[in-house]
Amino acid sequence: MAKGSVQIVAERCKACGFCVEFCPTHVLALSSAFNAKGYHTPYMVHPDKCSGCDLCGMYCPDFAIFGHKDAAKETVAAAAPVSAVEAKEEQDAR
Amino acid sequence: MSELTELTVQNPVEEFLRMDRIPHIWCPGCGIGTSVNSFAHALIDAKIDTRNVAIVSGIGCTGRVAGYVKQDSFHTTHGRAIPFATGLKLANPKLNVVVYSGDGDLFAIGGNHLIHAARRNVDLKVICINNLIYAMTGGQTGPTTPNDVITSTNPYGTFDASFNLPYLVEAAGAVYVARWTAFHVRQLARSIQEMFAKKGFSFIEVLSPCPTLYQRRNKMGDGLDTMKFYKEVSKIRNGAATKDVALTKSGEITVGKFVDRERSDYRDLLHDRLLDSLGDDYVETEACTCQ
Amino acid sequence: MHADPAGVMTGTHFLDGDHACCEGALAAGARFSSGYPITPSTEVVERFAARVPTVGGTFIQMEDELAASIALQGAVWGGAKAFTVTSGPGFSLMMEHIGLAVMTETPCVFVDVQRGGPSTGLPTLPAQADMMQVRWGSHGDYEVIAVCPNSPQECFDLTITAFNYAEQYRCPVFVMMDEVVGHMTEKVVIPPPEQIEVTPRRYTTLPPDEFLAFKPGDDLVPDMPRTGEGYNVHVTGLTHDERGYPDMTPATQDKLVRRLQDKIKKNVDKITLYEAEQIEGAEVVVVSYGITSRVAQRAIELARNKGVKVGKFRLITAWPFPEKQIAEIAAKVKALVVVELNLGQMVREVERAAAGKAPVRFVGHAGGSVHRPEDILQAIMEVAR
Repeated sequence: MAKGSVQIVAERCKACGFCVEFCPTHVLALSSAFNAKGYHTPYMVHPDKCSGCDLCGMYCPDFAIFGHKDAAKETVAAAAPVSAVEAKEEQDAR
Repeated sequence: MSELTELTVQNPVEEFLRMDRIPHIWCPGCGIGTSVNSFAHALIDAKIDTRNVAIVSGIGCTGRVAGYVKQDSFHTTHGRAIPFATGLKLANPKLNVVVYSGDGDLFAIGGNHLIHAARRNVDLKVICINNLIYAMTGGQTGPTTPNDVITSTNPYGTFDASFNLPYLVEAAGAVYVARWTAFHVRQLARSIQEMFAKKGFSFIEVLSPCPTLYQRRNKMGDGLDTMKFYKEVSKIRNGAATKDVALTKSGEITVGKFVDRERSDYRDLLHDRLLDSLGDDYVETEACTCQ
Repeated sequence: MHADPAGVMTGTHFLDGDHACCEGALAAGARFSSGYPITPSTEVVERFAARVPTVGGTFIQMEDELAASIALQGAVWGGAKAFTVTSGPGFSLMMEHIGLAVMTETPCVFVDVQRGGPSTGLPTLPAQADMMQVRWGSHGDYEVIAVCPNSPQECFDLTITAFNYAEQYRCPVFVMMDEVVGHMTEKVVIPPPEQIEVTPRRYTTLPPDEFLAFKPGDDLVPDMPRTGEGYNVHVTGLTHDERGYPDMTPATQDKLVRRLQDKIKKNVDKITLYEAEQIEGAEVVVVSYGITSRVAQRAIELARNKGVKVGKFRLITAWPFPEKQIAEIAAKVKALVVVELNLGQMVREVERAAAGKAPVRFVGHAGGSVHRPEDILQAIMEVAR
């Protein structure tokens, strides 16, 4: 069950692929569709895996995507001191 | 694309951006926009009153940051962001003055200003996006371009030494020195937040891909390849000696917080000296502002 | 409004021009200066460095003139009235930021205590050879305002005028002194603050959501925001629209650059300052400015003693150039004599304005000393024949 979701403004996307590559739970993929500028924009290929960590948003150089916690599960997520996602991300950084 | 969620919530960084100017001019795969996310998150997390944040940029790709952030922002002349910021800060000390500019702007044409602001310890927060090249003008060699790369002005390869920015800035007197890459988005955001808590000349170097003018000419792939390269070769070494963190074309990238020390800033030193010398004749002012 | 009493050293003083200029700046409300030492101008900021902590303000010595000429603009956007001071070689380095001040409509004052050039030239000796540089030295099309004091008293008075013009028209204004005016010591009367008119900054009264930073008023000048008050102003040296956003199109360029010129051109009558004496019925009119006008005065008196009807026209603003006045004079006289400490700069403007209606005789040399009155007298006598 997804804890979060992502929002995408497809027209801002330049298909750099950062969000797809660095999503810790591999939620995203580049679609075969084009936006108006001819870029393949991302979509949620595994929406159920989204933790709403917003790492996609942090990476997106074009402010085209961001992740957010699902409001209904906000309290649960906030209760965890360090999420598994953030721990993994720290590990990746090293 | 039915999988895409409808826009029901707003990206929190948008509040800090001039959304009426987006899309921006930066190329696909450039890391400058990524660094701006970290900057915006640092402002959110630090709970700073953004009315008191002013951004000063010089010229170049990173120089355009001033035009996209929704704070009082000044896009000045090439290399001169730091002296402009110095005047702004000294005249109006309540402002948190951030200098957001590129490696060529800050270290070649603006190099003299940077070392003197660090020496004086002017309370400025400097974010230097280092893409290793003059990108806006078409990929010329810069003061940070590593050895053995092809640029438009070194078509047979670079051969002269490049600056090790953290080493230079520490020697000049900065109280806070860190380096991250565009891959280290959360670490960068935390580092910027730390910089806001620091008084004095603070400096963060952020390595960024330049797929169009650096990577492509050197067959290094695109922006994503460079981000993966950063992930692969970066080693976090907080407290590393800055003399050991020089960059090479394809070697290890040492990242982390290298310097965090205390030293009175320019304004405090000036204040103490004048009070000591002038006593009751010294007229202290919060700001130099006119009516 | 009246001057802030804190900065006004009311009384009768014996000051050199450099020191008088500093007092003028303080009286005008300058509370920030960024400088870099250069002969023969340094005394201005030396005095400011000593005085301003007792008035409430800051002086900083920067690493070079590039830095000095932009740090003051940062201070202006921070809310201060600010100026810098230099001489020829430093003035050359400042050209970049004159353009920035023009483009970003930053009210500020540059003082140039002129010495002989080119290059290092004559560091300790006078010239008036930066008069075209001040007009044209930065790239692109623009107009400037430049005043030329001829005494320590005027160094005080016209520095205040320069600050007032800068605030009124939101542009860089120049005080074009020279080594002799800067170093000559004379009586300077500083009036009480309530007798000194100071132009306040044109701060907007609109709230941030209604304010456009570069939307001009009827006089073609936009009001300024206060930094740090939520206006989120964007200021750029790029061609920009009324929001201040970069907009690099021929149409925006033309609109902006024309307005930057027109805000001065259309107010020429309000800005132009000059001194005219015995012009009516004159056979010859001597045109000069700054220290040269003091020497020319002697020559004019000698010529009058010899029975020649000589008028005196002194440029107080070199820029805008009093074109209309010179044109009117040229229509009535036998000849004009232009005296300046260079090999021919403002004389070109006089010739342009005279437009062939009267011959223009130039008396100049390359600098290093003031003129000999006899040389000016000789020119007057020759053209009066």
